[in-house]
Amino acid sequence: MSDSHHLPASAAHEQHGPRLGLEMNYLGMWIFLAGEVMFFGALFTGYMLYRLNYPEVFADASHHLDLLLGSINTGVLLTSSLTMALAVNAAQRSQKRTLALFLGLTILLGLVFLGIKGSEYLHKVNEGLYPGFDFIWDGPEPQKARAFFSLYFIMTGLHALHMVIGILIMAVMVIFAWRGRYQAETYAPVEMIGLFWHFVDIVWIFLFPLLYLIRH
Amino acid sequence: MEHITPRRTYLIIYLALMGLLVLTVLASFVNLGPFNLALTLAIASAKAALVILFFMGLRHADGVTKMFAGAGFIWLLILIGLTLADYLTRFPGTSAVWR
Repeated sequence: MSDSHHLPASAAHEQHGPRLGLEMNYLGMWIFLAGEVMFFGALFTGYMLYRLNYPEVFADASHHLDLLLGSINTGVLLTSSLTMALAVNAAQRSQKRTLALFLGLTILLGLVFLGIKGSEYLHKVNEGLYPGFDFIWDGPEPQKARAFFSLYFIMTGLHALHMVIGILIMAVMVIFAWRGRYQAETYAPVEMIGLFWHFVDIVWIFLFPLLYLIRH
Repeated sequence: MEHITPRRTYLIIYLALMGLLVLTVLASFVNLGPFNLALTLAIASAKAALVILFFMGLRHADGVTKMFAGAGFIWLLILIGLTLADYLTRFPGTSAVWR
């Protein structure tokens, strides 16, 4: 395994040491996700500092979020992770129809989430809680409340953007899946989008309590 | 990586996740002071662990992959930890206060 410069093109699919192609993809995806963890992590750190400094205002502002919708959305995303896991499972068994079905369900649940999120955003804007020029705050220290809502919109917005990307990729994959592209030997892309989607779910698992559940 | 997790396992983990969701919402209504935050983060971490280990299949990955996955979170801990080490140790009596 000394000189790898002159390997034929087909060697790309051969084993390199103890790691198979799928395992390499899997590891690579985790490396990407580590970067994403830091991407969101920076926002979480910013959130942490503002909440440490403005505890009462943050609790007050958190009450303005719709707890029921947020909880439902969390349930929707958790369910979408289940359907995604079942999609990967179907791909592992070369069950292309089941795969397409579960990918479709995941997309559907993702759209439900985005729909609910969108309606929440609309309500916030109408209540004057979008931290723009017409921000309305009925309590003391509106600047501190603005900080909460800035973080709310940016963090959930970035999260929603990730969901849109995931949904778009999955939409393409549904078509490919239906055409039988993903069998037991070639399902790596399904595993990859699965990892991405579960990661997006995990981000929300932390976003939800930190934004919606500041009660005291 | 060719370990195919049985679908029933996914269902059980899913039910556990939904249970934790109910728990975290209910727990937020009980006033435990500063412990509320710790509890909420603990429950969220448990949910994340379930998703990572079972849905993402890390449980069946080899050691190197687990290390890379863990590395991301270690870096996050460094970010959060050192940032807190700064802010929480500023002027005595004012802790993390700015302006």
